[in-house]
Amino acid sequence: MNFKIMPKSAFADWVDRLIGSYRVVGPKRKHGQYVFDELRGVEGLELHYPTSVLPPKKYLVPQKEVLLNYHLDGSRLEIASKPEPTVILGIHTCDIHALKLFDRIFSQGFTDQHYQAHRDSVILVSIECLEMCGPNAYCRDMGTASATEGFDLHMIDLGDVYAFNIGSQKGADLFKGFRQAFDAIDTDVDQINHVLATKWDNFPYRLDFDVHEMPALLHESFNSTLWDELGQKCLACGSCTQVCPTCYCFDVTDEVDLLMEEGQRVRRWDSCQIHEFAMVAGGHNFRERLALRQRHRFMRKGKYQMDAYNMVGCVGCGRCASACLAGITPIDVMNELCARQQCSELEPFASVVAEVAA
Amino acid sequence: MSFLLEEVKQSDSIYMPIPARITAVSTLTAEEKLFTIELPHELSLEHDPGQFVEVSVLGVGEAPISITSSPSRSNGTFELCIRKVGDLTKVIHNMDRGDIIGIRGPFGRGFPVERFRGKDILFVCGGLGMAPLRSLVNEVLDDRGNYGRVILLYGARSPGDILFKEEIREWDARPDVAVHLTVDRPSDDWDRKVGVITTLFPDVQVDPRNTVAVVVGPPVMYPYVLKELKTLRIPKGNIWFSFERRMKCGVGKCGHCQLNHIYTCQTGPSFNYAEIEMLEEAFS
Repeated sequence: MNFKIMPKSAFADWVDRLIGSYRVVGPKRKHGQYVFDELRGVEGLELHYPTSVLPPKKYLVPQKEVLLNYHLDGSRLEIASKPEPTVILGIHTCDIHALKLFDRIFSQGFTDQHYQAHRDSVILVSIECLEMCGPNAYCRDMGTASATEGFDLHMIDLGDVYAFNIGSQKGADLFKGFRQAFDAIDTDVDQINHVLATKWDNFPYRLDFDVHEMPALLHESFNSTLWDELGQKCLACGSCTQVCPTCYCFDVTDEVDLLMEEGQRVRRWDSCQIHEFAMVAGGHNFRERLALRQRHRFMRKGKYQMDAYNMVGCVGCGRCASACLAGITPIDVMNELCARQQCSELEPFASVVAEVAA
Repeated sequence: MSFLLEEVKQSDSIYMPIPARITAVSTLTAEEKLFTIELPHELSLEHDPGQFVEVSVLGVGEAPISITSSPSRSNGTFELCIRKVGDLTKVIHNMDRGDIIGIRGPFGRGFPVERFRGKDILFVCGGLGMAPLRSLVNEVLDDRGNYGRVILLYGARSPGDILFKEEIREWDARPDVAVHLTVDRPSDDWDRKVGVITTLFPDVQVDPRNTVAVVVGPPVMYPYVLKELKTLRIPKGNIWFSFERRMKCGVGKCGHCQLNHIYTCQTGPSFNYAEIEMLEEAFS
């Protein structure tokens, strides 16, 4: 691995330099919580944040994104302009793993050029978590509490200095002409390894079963009565999917200006928890009941994405649990399914084993 | 000549519609109209029966519509049978010859006609299912010598709701096609069956070893038809369905058409029963 070492005293200079060349965003405190927002300087940047309300997916699949601009008479029909180059600082590794899933989804089959344009425009600077961010996270179980790839730069806090794992040329280029970042020497690498190796005591397992068993557990639980119980609690607000780093489902609508001349085709985050999500024009709703929508959500996270993309669709960030108005938490749901299914008897999916090991 | 889908893929956005011209409009029923669409010069649709296109009007929106014309009869144009059911289709119903609509596609997997050749074909159709099914029926009839018996079971709400009446009358008159019709609500002069689609099954005898069944209709119909086809002992791999789902984007991204882990707009909408019998959401 290729590391750069930067004294913390130089970090503000580095961020200022980045701001000179890029839009730079990072976690900032807002109303007692943390959000990714644009930085004017290092002030306000909170690298030791527990978790953000929304994951940085909003810079790759924005809440609202213009796909096409047009004149209603058809005389003009253009693809929306490309996004500006953006450095995202302070991404937790769970969110890095989530973007790996996005990369696969938006390129498999048809390439989504709009996602690709955002992907090409961002530079991902992640940071190693040294302790768990809160009681709802289960990143240790999902294998996302650290990352060795998927970032352009990955920061590790070594006390007086930051170590940067160089993940790509785009990442390496952020140090071009900056004289206060140094190649790591052996003692630095020893310290990095020490910090990484000793962090795991701070990351307890929270699921009662191994992640390898999750697809099989969900498969066996398709007709569980627990879905009806969740359906009784769920308010169908869709908060869980909005804050989820692996949710990307969208709706496409047309918006027209007041003069009825100019228009835009836009996509917006949608949610499988909303009543109309699976309803067809004729009125048939394939997931009319809340229980079916809750089941679909958990199936998708723990099984369907594995079937379709060979990656688990959950990174264990716990945001959905924090956002849920009805107190539905994936840790409790998964563990309850496990208790009801006696999941020690389940067969693990070979493909999950391979993916988690990779 | 190049294919429309290639044109769409090679543009800088898979969501970019290609402007196409409406060259003919005819009224089929109180709710459905038939539109003939011509693509820009040098573009052809090259679809399979059972595929769909995303149809859009700037300022209104976009929706998936099945292609009702058969590949065998696509002379540079294709046909869409559109029911007036939402904002977009209301606007399209008010359009006329010469108007422009946006087209993307064709998307999804159609029916594999090459697997049907040499077989007896049992078409089972409900309501608007005739729109996509007509593409396959005409494909088969235009290559009639390569198929065995051809039977069509078609159920509609009322005689006035029957789509493509003239064409069905022609099929009915052919000695090499057996057409069985039923309606839920008969008119005074209705002389065919009355009742749901399954009331037609007692009239049908098939050789299960050599029959392909193709079922297209509203979701509520499928479990009942499936039961009848199982009774006829048609093998699972020879029972084909077209699955209606909300195919919003057409390119396997937006999530609305998901059926278990499958994106219906990509892997489907045509599936045989052997492929989807283990998918719990298929017949929900």
